Amino acid sequence: MKSIFNYITGIFKGVWTLLKGMSVTGKYFIRLDKIVTQKYPENRKKLKMYDRFKGEVIMPHDAGNYHRCTGCGICELNCPNGSIEVLTDKITTTEGKSKRILDKYIYHLSMCTFCGLCVKTCPSTAIAFSQEFEHAVFDRQKLTKVLNKQGSSLVKDIAE
Amino acid sequence: MGYQRYDLAPLTHSIDLFLYNHLPATWAFIAEMTIIGVVFLIFYAVIGLYLVLAERKVCAFMQNRIGPNRVGWFGVIQTIADLFKLLMKELITIRKADKFLFNLAPFIVIIASFLGLAAIPFAMGLHAIDFNIGIFYIMAVSSVGVVGVLLAGWSSNNKYSLIGAMRSGAQIVSYELSVGLSLLVIAIYSGSLQLSTIVESQADAWWIIKGHIPAIIAFIVFITAGTAETNRGPFDLAEAESELTAGFHTEYSGIKFAFFFLAEYMNMFLIASVAATVFWGGWMPLHIPGCEGFNNAMDFIPPICWYFGKTAIVILIMMWFKWTFPRLRIDQLLTLEWKYLLPINLVNIIVVALIVLMGWYIK
Amino acid sequence: MSEEKKVIVELNENPEYIINMGPQHPSTHGVLRFEVSLQGEMVKHLIPHCGYVHRGIEKMCESLTYPQVIHLTDRLDYLSAHMNNEAVSLCVENALEIEVPERVKYIRSILSELNRIASHQLWWSAFGMDLGGLTCFFYGLRDREKILDIFEESFGSRLLHSFIVPGGLMHDIHPNFKKGITDFIKYFRKKLPEYNRFLTGNVIFQARTKGLGILSKEDAINYGITGPSGRASGFSCDIRKVEPYSAYPYVDFKEILYNEGDTFYRYVARMDEMVESMNILEQLIDKMPDGNEYTSKMKPVIKLPEGEYYQRVETARGELGVYIVSDGNKTPYRLKLRTPNFSNLFIMNKLASGYKIADLVAISGSLDLVIPDIDR
Repeated sequence: MKSIFNYITGIFKGVWTLLKGMSVTGKYFIRLDKIVTQKYPENRKKLKMYDRFKGEVIMPHDAGNYHRCTGCGICELNCPNGSIEVLTDKITTTEGKSKRILDKYIYHLSMCTFCGLCVKTCPSTAIAFSQEFEHAVFDRQKLTKVLNKQGSSLVKDIAE
Repeated sequence: MGYQRYDLAPLTHSIDLFLYNHLPATWAFIAEMTIIGVVFLIFYAVIGLYLVLAERKVCAFMQNRIGPNRVGWFGVIQTIADLFKLLMKELITIRKADKFLFNLAPFIVIIASFLGLAAIPFAMGLHAIDFNIGIFYIMAVSSVGVVGVLLAGWSSNNKYSLIGAMRSGAQIVSYELSVGLSLLVIAIYSGSLQLSTIVESQADAWWIIKGHIPAIIAFIVFITAGTAETNRGPFDLAEAESELTAGFHTEYSGIKFAFFFLAEYMNMFLIASVAATVFWGGWMPLHIPGCEGFNNAMDFIPPICWYFGKTAIVILIMMWFKWTFPRLRIDQLLTLEWKYLLPINLVNIIVVALIVLMGWYIK
Repeated sequence: MSEEKKVIVELNENPEYIINMGPQHPSTHGVLRFEVSLQGEMVKHLIPHCGYVHRGIEKMCESLTYPQVIHLTDRLDYLSAHMNNEAVSLCVENALEIEVPERVKYIRSILSELNRIASHQLWWSAFGMDLGGLTCFFYGLRDREKILDIFEESFGSRLLHSFIVPGGLMHDIHPNFKKGITDFIKYFRKKLPEYNRFLTGNVIFQARTKGLGILSKEDAINYGITGPSGRASGFSCDIRKVEPYSAYPYVDFKEILYNEGDTFYRYVARMDEMVESMNILEQLIDKMPDGNEYTSKMKPVIKLPEGEYYQRVETARGELGVYIVSDGNKTPYRLKLRTPNFSNLFIMNKLASGYKIADLVAISGSLDLVIPDIDR
């Protein structure tokens, strides 16, 4: 007798738990305002990444096309993947001293793991992370970037 | 009766008459069959494709997503685009597969689901054939599909497929019993296996109301067993993508895969329409005994709307199952059938026989 | 003898039905391969094959300086990146005998607990999906997103942070950090009952998980099964209790212990751990000292004194041990990682043999394997 009782209560308990589960999905089925996904390319204008988002390494230039990189190569040393190459030139200043200036700051986005060691260790805060996150390109070559702009030079206060 | 306002039988008869008047008897017969075939084929494709879309939308809403929204407004032609994609895909041939059976299997599955549609009354006077054994026919025809599933699994030369097919065989053979026995409850109530008679017998009220507790139990059992028979929801053991990758149709690609996919949805539609027809009165409007004004108002809604509305609700319930419950294990699946559904059904049938004998239902 | 006949003879002699689950299989969550020999649906025995994502992290570490090693440890168990970072950082700090500021300790523990919740949420999603309830996946990810947003706001990345470095933290946390966490706890306390209503209480779920894959305490100790999987068998192995580090000595929490050791209790242990993590988080947030110091003074080039150092932490999946052998250079001479998943994987044969394929999926899901952590 007891087993029959257990059998029947078992059925009702089981169905009750199933209905409880269905209440959850049913609730969300009706509540369309709870939808969390977004339509991506349409909302591109509204999309704002967090300030600290590590998109890619950039070298900020000011209005007069000056950057802050001295070409010391500390970032290159600190990078675990070899994604940064700092090429420098030796020039002689008007005072006759020989000086090292930045020629090309090559950044391989394809090798970067966004660990942030380069930005953290840069002594003159010459590089930073941008909020750009759409990195996809059709040509792998395009992922190798030269960060210092054409004809840019070192900002005055560091140069002196 | 008010519901006879939208009787479509004169229309179908006039087409029939027109054909026989203008063509020799043989050609008229062929022409009629062709027209019915083409109409059903189009209906089949449209319903199948839009059920896929509906399923994707329903599951998306249940999962806090938007669902398809790229192709067409609200994604309405998404599945048609998918169909074209599948049509253009390569049909992969499997080395050491049994080529003949491999190619035959999807057709068996799709034909089985297609045949069932013939006996469904969509509206008053709108059915292909009005069998006097309608329920029996639908059950018999829809269970042929398992042969296709078994063949697909066997001929694919894939171990996952074989396991999936064997599971499917065991599952469908056992759940066929529950489907049949739960339909028998209404057959006892209405005293007929003919679907049109069953629908007509619900003119005063639907069987789920008239037949009270046994009918409700039979409906729940039917929905459960029907979900299992279509390899869906918590009973999708034959596919079981987290265990068997895709089960019996792992090796299929392109349009052959689409056949399996479409057949699954059409089987669901078939089960839902049988449930709607047998328990909820099919195209019969909602009638409450004694409320003449209400009944008359309901009669103004065309029967076809009632039919599709009811079917849609049953389909929604089946989708709700699928997107809520975890999958059962094969032994639990068989336990559910042999230890729960079948005994309940048998007791239910005896109770129904008693009720009908004593006349304890709303007449 | 023709080829077909040969196969038939072989089958007669050795009637085993071997299927390879993986390397590409939906329920191994990555590139793991189980060579399963079946009898019908029953698993007779299985052999796990790993190494498909072996990247040689231990060897790579030997050519990197200690701060650089951090970013590789992210990629072990990517779901508990903070804990992995913390393990190496603590090991290096121990070797240098540096005491980090109190505030840093608190932040580190907060990050670990947040990461633990995020990891368990993903595990819950994936476990539900393994059992066939696809909707779980979306509910779990939906709530995990809240934590990832907190992470992104403060560290600029969502999964692989490289935020805890030897000597402290990479930079200071965001001003909104505390508020974000309190908001999240409030939100998640409401959502967790829904998880239970949806999955835990479900009769199908209970039937699928209860009483299968029973791991005894002895086996758990012998095989070194740590983390929630071990604790569900009664093996008290919570490093936060046994060998407290960072801010764990300052908080009051209980170790989740169950004696049943089956798949269902491994599930329950993780669910309870999420609740417990939220308790810990609340305490830590209350007690966290104000200020803005986030690192202690470190030399620009970190060189460990010659010797051997070992540090273990509790990740979301168990005990992660970091063993550094230093020869006094700026790079480690040898860096050995004792990862929890590697030990947890090899119990699979013992747990799953004798059950069905569907159970194998449930059991491997309940062990919460992360494949890159196995292969390193």
